[in-house]
Amino acid sequence: MKYFSLVWAALWRRKARTLFTLFSVLTAFLLFGMLDAVRTAFNAGDQLAGSGRMIVSSKLSITQPLPISLLGSIERVPGVRQVGWANWFGGYYQHPTPFFPNFAVSSNYLSLFRDRYELPPAQARAFADTRDGAVVGAALAKQFGWKLGQRVPLIAGIFPRSDGSNDWNFQIVGIFTTANPKLKAAEQQFLFHWKYFDEGNAYMKNMVGWYEVNLANPADSDRVAQAIDALSRNSDHETRTQTEQAFQASFAKQIGDIGLIAGGIMAAVFFTLLLLTGNTMAQAVRERIPELAVLKTLGFQDHTVLALVLAESVLLIVLGGVLGMALAMLLTPMVSAASGGALPLPPLGLQSWLSALGLMLAIGLLVGALPALRGMRLQIVDALAGR
Amino acid sequence: MNAVQTGSANLIEIRDLGKTYRRGKQAIPVLQGVNLDVAAGDFFALMGPSGSGKTTLLNLIGGLDTPSAGSIVIGGQRIDKLSGAALARWRAAHVGFVFQFYNLLPMLSAQKNVELPLLLTKLSAGERRKRAAIALQLVGLADRASHKPGELSGGQQQRVAIARAFVTDPTLLVCDEPTGDLDRASAEEVLGLLQQLNRAHGKTIVMVTHDPRAAEHATHMVHLDKGELVGAARVAQPV
Repeated sequence: MKYFSLVWAALWRRKARTLFTLFSVLTAFLLFGMLDAVRTAFNAGDQLAGSGRMIVSSKLSITQPLPISLLGSIERVPGVRQVGWANWFGGYYQHPTPFFPNFAVSSNYLSLFRDRYELPPAQARAFADTRDGAVVGAALAKQFGWKLGQRVPLIAGIFPRSDGSNDWNFQIVGIFTTANPKLKAAEQQFLFHWKYFDEGNAYMKNMVGWYEVNLANPADSDRVAQAIDALSRNSDHETRTQTEQAFQASFAKQIGDIGLIAGGIMAAVFFTLLLLTGNTMAQAVRERIPELAVLKTLGFQDHTVLALVLAESVLLIVLGGVLGMALAMLLTPMVSAASGGALPLPPLGLQSWLSALGLMLAIGLLVGALPALRGMRLQIVDALAGR
Repeated sequence: MNAVQTGSANLIEIRDLGKTYRRGKQAIPVLQGVNLDVAAGDFFALMGPSGSGKTTLLNLIGGLDTPSAGSIVIGGQRIDKLSGAALARWRAAHVGFVFQFYNLLPMLSAQKNVELPLLLTKLSAGERRKRAAIALQLVGLADRASHKPGELSGGQQQRVAIARAFVTDPTLLVCDEPTGDLDRASAEEVLGLLQQLNRAHGKTIVMVTHDPRAAEHATHMVHLDKGELVGAARVAQPV
């Protein structure tokens, strides 16, 4: 610790350079923190255990439909409390953008998600009673200025009607909200009856996109998932039962492997950081060779000089890194909130901090190694003479 | 040549000292057959033209370099046989250095610069601060303790360097052209300080200088030429 003031003073010898380098390190670790949160969010659903709600989709691909005939078998699996289903519709209102998710759903679908959809009882009854009725999220209704009772046409992006037209007409009979800020993205949804969709579309009959299964006891999730998947084993519609989060992760992985993308970005960022800070440290030590020679003249040992330069390098990276991670901690919930629940990022946890600290130490030691060795090996007489 | 002797109780004993540098396959002899005795408490001026080997000899005496031949005994210890680490410990304990261009660390205050050699001791932070403050007081810069080198004149910087050199109370002060970068008045101040350390505190000083007026402050002068000692004399009446 008695050398700290020496290390600290050396670090700030050229303030502008140190500040710019710190800013680079801060940015790199801010990005690391944010991307790690994204990666964690997408990997969060990999565990089945303890989940109270599961999704049964085709084992081949979530774009492959499943037969409605599976419904009865799934309902009979011990431990299953309630089963609903849905199908991606892919329609749009007037123009393909702005995009909003729209699904054909089972009549009991809203009751499966009591924690997500809050709909006045009268509107829920109206939805149950109206064949072409639709319930929409409050945010979506506000966006397009839709009112209760209004007729709204959606243009089919995938499923034309059996008469060949792409126009599907719906009556808005309910506007739902959600209290959970993490699920605010649900308020962008447009839901209508699967029966209306199944009867009216030209492409498929008696097929659903996926089943939603509520469990009587969340602890049974592993066993129930295996039992459901066993129902269709060796058939042409084998299933894969997983948690909602895992299903969403699979959905997102249609875009690409988020972990791989995040890893690639981080690798590029840290490689650039290595070059940048490595160059900064090399330059800083090159400028200070006579000063390091003075320290050795006064009796500082070679290994002490080595440690001083390494400590300076590690301090620089840790300082910038901790600031970056702290900023990521502040920004993560803000980004989550701003996404309206579309990107529910978890807060940075101990694991992220430990990984970041490990990276900081590794980078600090790596970029400091060569300059530190140079400082350690310098010949006093040559260095003092400027050779 | 026979050993140049300055007194009876020798602090420094140099015998048949040689130093040869190598540039590729070429050997460049810088010092050869140097014999020199320096008594404890002497103020010794090493003089000679550029390239005569003065600084090389000073570096060898200060333990900054190792000889190619011969021996150096200082305070009864043969330093030419010490390992790099042991030599560093020896320097920290026994030698203070003063350079022509002060060689202070620019990002540290005068106080912190003077404290630097004390970091190698087991003194507490408070004790280090106290000793550095006393050293700065002795060189007349107590009021500049918080100033960084860039905020001090050349003479003041050299006085801080001298404070750094004696703050550990070393036996030997090694000075390489300590007045070479100073105006006359500042040079006189610095030489006066060195004399005070020599006379009042008994420090043995070996100083390389080009300047005959600086050398007149010493008790002994030795001349080097082409790597050999060519003359030695006691200064009859040091300034």
